[in-house]
Amino acid sequence: MADVLTVLALLLVAVAATAAVAVRDPARQALVLAVLGLALAVLFTVLQAPDVALSQLAVGSALTPLLILLSVRKVRRRGQREDGGR
Amino acid sequence: MSRRLRMWVLAVGGLGVAALLAAAALRLPGFGGDDHPYGERAVEASLARRTSNTIASVNFDQRAFDTLGEETILFAAVLGTVVLLRQTRDERQVRPAPERVAAPVRRYALVMLPVALLTGLYVIAHGQLSPGGGFQGGVVVATALHLLYIGADYRALERIRPVGLYEVGDAAGEAAYLILGVAGLVGGSAFLANTLLPYGTFNTLASGGTVPLLNAAVGMEVACAVVVLLARFLDQAVEIERSTGSGNDRGE
Repeated sequence: MADVLTVLALLLVAVAATAAVAVRDPARQALVLAVLGLALAVLFTVLQAPDVALSQLAVGSALTPLLILLSVRKVRRRGQREDGGR
Repeated sequence: MSRRLRMWVLAVGGLGVAALLAAAALRLPGFGGDDHPYGERAVEASLARRTSNTIASVNFDQRAFDTLGEETILFAAVLGTVVLLRQTRDERQVRPAPERVAAPVRRYALVMLPVALLTGLYVIAHGQLSPGGGFQGGVVVATALHLLYIGADYRALERIRPVGLYEVGDAAGEAAYLILGVAGLVGGSAFLANTLLPYGTFNTLASGGTVPLLNAAVGMEVACAVVVLLARFLDQAVEIERSTGSGNDRGE
């Protein structure tokens, strides 16, 4: 039973990680990255490492996507202004 | 360096890493076996100091000096971000216009904010007892506050988040860890040694000697550091823009 869960969690991580690379739009990538963080948290929990899972959940699913989204917004805003100024 | 030479250097380095990884992987113990020499010793040491979360005992007692290094990395990284993302001379600050927020999003954010905040504080406070601790809880507390940005707008967030205060908190958390380390040196035996305080009763909040105190110091440092980090990113994303002096400055 535990092995089935481990294999499922590993597959989930592989799918989410591949999706994160395949998606090319940075804003969407941030959301896929949040899903990847969740999948990794599930994997760590299944492997009996709840401390690491909590870190992964907080940093990988909340903080990193937020920082990426804010950076994307800054870059787009600058692009818009420069286009508008011309 | 020519492209060809660079590819050769890359190939040699890559092959070296691959060979070492393969050699190391072949000698790994089997997956999920019964023999955990390090784990058994860590649990034994943790129980001797009456810390029920062995991970907390490893982080804040057996390897407390490593954690000081990790905490300092975060402190230095946030300090670097503050310097890099400061408002430069050719930039200016604009007041962000209030934005319309969809009612369900607003309701969700305002209901989740206290729940997430309380969860984060719980995770920090119980770090020495159950999975979690200062780092995990600190990140949760800091990100929870930013639900106000999603549910209302940036001005509402700025009102409950005086960045200066959080910068002081960041430094105070870092200093508290160092001071507790020096206290171990002065009052006990060695830097960061957990010999200063009584170990208390197993599985209660005050058990584990200096573990809960170091855990709380890290919680404060991480929560404040993440708030300061996000504040700098938010300032750049929402408020600061380049002032080129053209007539189209109002942008959004």
